[in-house]
Amino acid sequence: MTTSLDSKHKKNGVTFDGLACPVPLNDYPNIIMSHGGGGRLSSELVEHIFQPAFRNTHLDALGDSAVFDIQASRLAMSTDSYVVQPLFFPGGSIGDLAVNGTVNDISMSGAKPLYLTAGFIIEEGFCITELQKIASDMGRAARAAGVSIVTGDTKVVEKGHGDGCYINTAGVGIVPPGIHISPDKAQVGDAIILSGTLGDHGMAIMSVREGLEFESEIQSDTAPLNAMVEKILAACENTHVLRDPTRGGLAASLNEIAAASKCGVVIEEGKLPSQPSVQSACEILGLDPMLVANEGKLVCIVPAEFADRTLAAIRSNEFGSQAAVIGHITDAHPGTVVAKTSVGASRVITVPVGEQLPRIC
Amino acid sequence: MKHLTEYRDGETALKLASEIARIATRPWAIMEVCGGQTHSIIRNGIDQILPPSIEMIHGPGCPVCVTPLEVIDKTLMIASQPNVIFCSFGDMLRVPGSKDDLFKIKGAGGDVRIVYSPLDAVKIARENPNREVVFLAIGFETTAPANAMALKVAKDQGVTNFSALVSHVLVPPAIEAILNSPGCRVNAFLAAGHVCCVTGFSQYPRICQQYGVPIVVTGFEPLDLLEGIRRTVVQLEEGRAEVENAYPRVVNEQGNASALRIIGEVFEVADRSWRGIGSIPGSGWRLSDAYREFDAESRFSTGEIKTCESPLCRAGDVLKGAIKPNQCEAFGKECTPRSPLGATMVSNEGACAAYFNYGQLVQLQQPSIENSPA
Repeated sequence: MTTSLDSKHKKNGVTFDGLACPVPLNDYPNIIMSHGGGGRLSSELVEHIFQPAFRNTHLDALGDSAVFDIQASRLAMSTDSYVVQPLFFPGGSIGDLAVNGTVNDISMSGAKPLYLTAGFIIEEGFCITELQKIASDMGRAARAAGVSIVTGDTKVVEKGHGDGCYINTAGVGIVPPGIHISPDKAQVGDAIILSGTLGDHGMAIMSVREGLEFESEIQSDTAPLNAMVEKILAACENTHVLRDPTRGGLAASLNEIAAASKCGVVIEEGKLPSQPSVQSACEILGLDPMLVANEGKLVCIVPAEFADRTLAAIRSNEFGSQAAVIGHITDAHPGTVVAKTSVGASRVITVPVGEQLPRIC
Repeated sequence: MKHLTEYRDGETALKLASEIARIATRPWAIMEVCGGQTHSIIRNGIDQILPPSIEMIHGPGCPVCVTPLEVIDKTLMIASQPNVIFCSFGDMLRVPGSKDDLFKIKGAGGDVRIVYSPLDAVKIARENPNREVVFLAIGFETTAPANAMALKVAKDQGVTNFSALVSHVLVPPAIEAILNSPGCRVNAFLAAGHVCCVTGFSQYPRICQQYGVPIVVTGFEPLDLLEGIRRTVVQLEEGRAEVENAYPRVVNEQGNASALRIIGEVFEVADRSWRGIGSIPGSGWRLSDAYREFDAESRFSTGEIKTCESPLCRAGDVLKGAIKPNQCEAFGKECTPRSPLGATMVSNEGACAAYFNYGQLVQLQQPSIENSPA
């Protein structure tokens, strides 16, 4: 039976598919200051948007904090804030990034991620259906990664601030016994493996943000890497380094590892996997794919004798089919990353001061 | 994209380098004018596989680098004004003026926007009729057609709140200025491939004949550069001084007629001052009479600009090819990409930036180039 209330909300573009109870949230198709005030409207936001999207008993307890049992001697924790524009882009949304980004940071310690928090800062006037979509994306991403979003917070800021929606997620995971993975553990002779194509996320964002239309749409590679990490550790318990090359790209990650491990890094440009569409987009704009952000890739450094097995393990994961051995750790030029170019010459890979700027000509 | 792999094939590159080594019987100094070519040479390590007898001298082909300090300071003054939306290509944002740069002006509240096409700046002007929109129109001949188009569109559509700060520079007068400079060591030139795509290369035979230098129109990929260098060395060894086109897939002798037509309508030749080099007569384009109303320099009284160049900066010597970037005392010390003293360290195509980022000269095992003596 359609009520007059249903018709009014259809007109306002608010739909309730997936919302648990349509009354009385319906009066506001857009976020207002009171949604962050801690009162009835705040509770309704949790009840009608976040709880249905995130779906777990820890959250449903609605305490000030989530309480859970944990059997572990070592935990990994991480936090990240997400301010991407636009909020929705080919291949994903800020919601996907907010979950996968923190899942991946936890995973880079070799830890199994378990629980996430989610803090929202929402701009007054933000469309509720968009918030619903973001929450839905987060819930889906969390389930795909096997984690739960167990607690959160919502604040609303005045119109003109907050750029629509900012999200912070923090995460916790268990580090298995005997696993010691960190950027300073690379050793001379180790093999360097990259799990897939470079620059997909950064170029997807840039293409949408700047309205550049490429013939083939470039999609963000946002993805959870925890299952891939489990396979890596099964193939090589003595994995030395895992790193996900997000902002600053592969160049930043390799430089950080070289500095922390006090070793040299050598890679071969010809071995770096990349999609032709991403490569071409970078060429047109004068950007270096090694400096462009990725959101579903990792760098893995293992003893040379484990390289083949680890590569096979990564390739057996759905997000690692394009993985390749790209280089090795050396005792020459400690702290410096060097690439062998297509003509067999060498160049040093440094990290830019700020963002890459597209070239004039 | 096939071309990306074809023109970067390592094996063919090494064969070309071997051939150059085989035919060069004595030292030759070749200048590549275009900053994009400098960037490609250093990034790909072309200079590492050339024989020691061939020296690449990096020319003043980076429009960002040669934009005079006065123009940068005027840019900053205009961009700071409250009603102005200042539009620029990205790589101008970090170029230092006497004090500050566009990034800092943006951080202090100035409305500075990166555009990918000058037409975007005209669009911004249309969408913001109560603001003054200024576009920084710099570059060699390569960017002039698009800049001219933007001005023509603004004029045709009556977008009166749009203006341009114009500082275009031209390659052939720069080549002559270098050839006329005392102590010039350059034996031959690689002409800038994309400049010639616009202009053609009919201006070069006179220069070849007058100065006795070969000029080879060259592209940007590793194989393009090596082929351009090879043809140059062949000419030098044979004592010829001619124009050759080693980039025929993009360049023809007459250039692009539509581009030249619109440039002719919007711009006229003028004297231009080059940062680090000085004034070169007839080396620039400014707005023609018909388009003078769009000149940002007259629209905004910038007053007298007192420029202040760092005394340590030797960008001018680098641009003339007199020194290599790492021969400057400030290189890597007071002057880095993070704290640049001059434009050559800021721009992607600046020789100093290229050396700093790519050429820190950590040699891996040198690829073997067969070098059978002639």
